[in-house]
Amino acid sequence: MAQVPKFTKVQELIYELPIERVMKKDVVKVTPDTSMTELKEILRLNRISGVPVLEGEKLVGVISIEDLIKALVQGDVQAPVRKRMTTQLITVLESESVVEAVKKFAQYKVGRLLVVNEQGQLRGILTGGDITRGLLETISLDYHAEEISRYRAKHIFEDIISDQTSLILRYKVKAKDFKKAGNASSKLKRALDRLGAVPEVIRRVAISAYEAEMNLIIHADEGGELTAELQPEVIRVTAIDHGPGIPNVDQAMSPGFSTAPNWIRELGFGAGMGLMNIKRCADSMRLESTVGKGTRLEIVVFLRQESGEQQTPDEERGPQPS
Amino acid sequence: MMSLKEIIEELVLETVSSVRLTNRPVAGGYAADLLSCAMKGAKKDYLWVTLQSHLNVVAVASLLNLAGVIITEGNRPDPETIARAEEEKVALILTPKTTFTVVGELTLLGVRGEP
Repeated sequence: MAQVPKFTKVQELIYELPIERVMKKDVVKVTPDTSMTELKEILRLNRISGVPVLEGEKLVGVISIEDLIKALVQGDVQAPVRKRMTTQLITVLESESVVEAVKKFAQYKVGRLLVVNEQGQLRGILTGGDITRGLLETISLDYHAEEISRYRAKHIFEDIISDQTSLILRYKVKAKDFKKAGNASSKLKRALDRLGAVPEVIRRVAISAYEAEMNLIIHADEGGELTAELQPEVIRVTAIDHGPGIPNVDQAMSPGFSTAPNWIRELGFGAGMGLMNIKRCADSMRLESTVGKGTRLEIVVFLRQESGEQQTPDEERGPQPS
Repeated sequence: MMSLKEIIEELVLETVSSVRLTNRPVAGGYAADLLSCAMKGAKKDYLWVTLQSHLNVVAVASLLNLAGVIITEGNRPDPETIARAEEEKVALILTPKTTFTVVGELTLLGVRGEP
């Protein structure tokens, strides 16, 4: 079975980061009437290897140290830039993502790209070095801010000493409040991320918690409470309500069985897949219910995944009978 | 692999939120209108095609870290849903076409369903 492609932070960034965030905005320019001798001084003083040529506001060409060397060899240093410049301009839009620039560097084998806005006006200049620096700066900024809060959160279990430490997160879930549906599980997901849980575990807990939360919203008379107990080794998610209760738990557990009314089904809920999804994602689940009293659903997910061989429950299991 | 932006351009789709994030790469696709099915079948960086347009679509997309959601048959999310999508950085994309047509077009672009 082929793998779902996974992306590294850098891969995500080159798609997300706009060119304007990494380009050099302070651009040294020359006019078409600048002489090649003057150009030599401009390049030397600024320690750069090429500059764009502007006639007024209009971008008309680009001239590089290579053009200068050719002019020197041919004894043509008194010529104006106009005569020796390259007029074939390779540009990128400032709003495009860095990946577009990377593609153009590879395609045209040039050292610098001219960055323009939608109107074709010069906004900046971009070299391979600018991209590398921009990526590193962005990664380090994101990393630093996130790392501090992560560090604090991650060490909570080490900093607080007891025979058994657990962190309890409680979320009230209101009945039939579809506007807020998913809020509790989103918050839980963010908390787990902060605490440094591995993404696969976060995904399994998030899916289970979402389905449990939806069950409280759809079915419980007065809503209920979603609780996550986090321990260093395990996460226990509990959904408790006070009625109406499930008459037949086995039936409720069978795929496709749903008691959701039509108006709820039209919203896309009530597929009869909720409990199945939870079972698939959890390391263990327990459902207890008494009609007229209420329902208690307990979901357990282990934080440490077994090395290598243990496959994630849903991705590797064969097709489900339906 | 195509980015969401390229797909939006190829299919001439309308975006209503988080346009900045449309440069994301798309790892695959999934189509269903039942949220629990999407919970099961859609994966991180997938594009989800559905005719549902209410708030919970955003919740599902955010929980699963989807690349985006294409809402079909001219259904339009309400302002509250769009606001939530911005907040959760979920790209919502609209089209008057049916789910069947959109999935067909995505397949021609090389977006696959099964990993």
